[in-house]
Amino acid sequence: MSQMVQAKPKKRGGIGEFFSKLWSQKQLMLMSVPIAIYVFIFSYAPMWGWITAFMKYNPKNKNLFDNPWVGWDNFKWLFNRQEWLGVLRNTLAMSLINLVFGTVSAILLAVLLNEVVTKAFKRTVQTVTYLPHFLSLVIVVSMAQNIFASDGAVNQLLLSLHIIKEPVFWLGEGKYFWWLVGAINVWKEVGWNSIIYISTMTSIDPSLYEAASIDGAGRFQKILHVTLPGIKSTFVVLLIMNIGHLLEAGFEIQYLMGQNLVIDWSQTIDVFVMKYGISKMQYSVGVAAGMFKSVVSILLLFLANFIAKKLDEDTLI
Amino acid sequence: MTDTNLTYKKSKRRQDIVFPIVNAILLIILMFVTLYPVLNTVAISFNDGTDALRGGIGLWPRVWSFKSYESLLSDPATYQAAWISVSRTVITTILNLVLTSMLAFTLSRKEYVLRHFLTTMMVLTMYVNAGLIPNYLLISKTLNLSKTYWVYIIPTMFSCFNMIVLRTYISGLPEALVESARIDGAGDFRIFWQIIFPLCKPVLATVALFVAVGSWNQWFDTHLYNAGKPYLHTLQYLLKMKLATTQASANAAKSTADAMTSTTQMTPITIRCAITVVSAVPILIVYPFLQRYFVTGMVLGSVKG
Repeated sequence: MSQMVQAKPKKRGGIGEFFSKLWSQKQLMLMSVPIAIYVFIFSYAPMWGWITAFMKYNPKNKNLFDNPWVGWDNFKWLFNRQEWLGVLRNTLAMSLINLVFGTVSAILLAVLLNEVVTKAFKRTVQTVTYLPHFLSLVIVVSMAQNIFASDGAVNQLLLSLHIIKEPVFWLGEGKYFWWLVGAINVWKEVGWNSIIYISTMTSIDPSLYEAASIDGAGRFQKILHVTLPGIKSTFVVLLIMNIGHLLEAGFEIQYLMGQNLVIDWSQTIDVFVMKYGISKMQYSVGVAAGMFKSVVSILLLFLANFIAKKLDEDTLI
Repeated sequence: MTDTNLTYKKSKRRQDIVFPIVNAILLIILMFVTLYPVLNTVAISFNDGTDALRGGIGLWPRVWSFKSYESLLSDPATYQAAWISVSRTVITTILNLVLTSMLAFTLSRKEYVLRHFLTTMMVLTMYVNAGLIPNYLLISKTLNLSKTYWVYIIPTMFSCFNMIVLRTYISGLPEALVESARIDGAGDFRIFWQIIFPLCKPVLATVALFVAVGSWNQWFDTHLYNAGKPYLHTLQYLLKMKLATTQASANAAKSTADAMTSTTQMTPITIRCAITVVSAVPILIVYPFLQRYFVTGMVLGSVKG
């Protein structure tokens, strides 16, 4: 059957031919449609739940529409709340810190690795630095509690270097929290994030380096004028893609480390949703906060796409 | 850095000698910083509990003790949690490999009428998310999966990102493979199962790694759905619970000076570190063997992902 369809693909078919084509692809459908239904149930169907952001939702009501409509009240309640504004500030701050330090550290590591001549050494560094990416954040937070304890390694190092006079209570003071999360994220992901830059650097034409050498460029000049321009387009693409993730400041670290002492600095949108939507059973508020995040993320994604298309004409070529 | 910059201006030869050395030292420091927290945690886990309270343990235990591991390994809850962790990881990984590659195969067939529609539908899920509460209500209220083992399996059977990775790989395979099999009379399912699936081995290894690590590392689903069912707790969740209690006791120790008197012989800190090690060990063991796979997978994924 399928051979026949293959043999004359150009011929314009009527409805009958369309159905015979469908029939010939029944196995393909059998293999894909059930999975599509599964994806629909788990990824699309829950969006129906957004409707409860405009209700005073109580899960005890059997019929969804027994819940009273409240219009935009849940959103108004959110934005009239000092706590929510703090949550937005924390989310943006931590996501920007992650973005800036994550990107800079990854590029730095890639540049350093690119200069390593010994293959075995390069591979060893890569193996070691990729490792934390595979550890769960529970494990990472547990390790961070040791390292940043008041008698932990960080305090010991800073004390012995006379940078601080007495141990700092890293885990219990709000003003350190953003930077702590940033440091943990850099530690965990620097190797992994550098992969994409390393693979871009290996595709830079070697004759560019030779030409630079002939012109008398040293190592730093080669990095500055050959390597970094070589990864510019990757950098721009990743940066634009990250605009869509601006509200993704992470959840697990903040949730696991955000004890009461630092709660004003640790709560992100996701933690807030968890706290109100699940722990305090105020479903509608949680849905409204989550919906706000999803909708803004989609708008940011469109913005990023728009910027990408604009840039495509001049920068990315 | 600026120092070496100056030397560059003086002589190029000196820079060529100095730079590799500085570079190597920086990278060795980075490796040390990466490994230190891991080794530090291992050292604390082998230290005596009361002694660990004094802090300041570096890379080697000060007072050796296997008490934490003894108490951990004599607790049936540990074995139950390990069994749940292992079984959910294995089942999720197998289901994921079959379902993900099956869909990837169908979406790589250019003649498939639903190809465009389904691809769009799948890719969109990577960007649009209903959010925590609607998903929670779906799984616990509508589908009634909470407080069951199935909540570990059913919501995680399929991954869109991995599907794209696999589809990219399958599209790169020679088209003649499929066509000649078709001429020989093989149906689409047989072509997938007997020809394409075996050919995908290298990428499947990568996907298996991602899925298995993700499933092993998961603690949030236990927290959300199965917290009240101790026999369904996973290793990661045991650690998560210890995290909360040690944090509380650390706070108490900070606010009240009598930390030493209030703690028993077995401090939670060493126990916590022991669980950390136990739940990280499988990853540390498997990691070096799988390392060669994931870079190729990562590059493949970034091409179209």
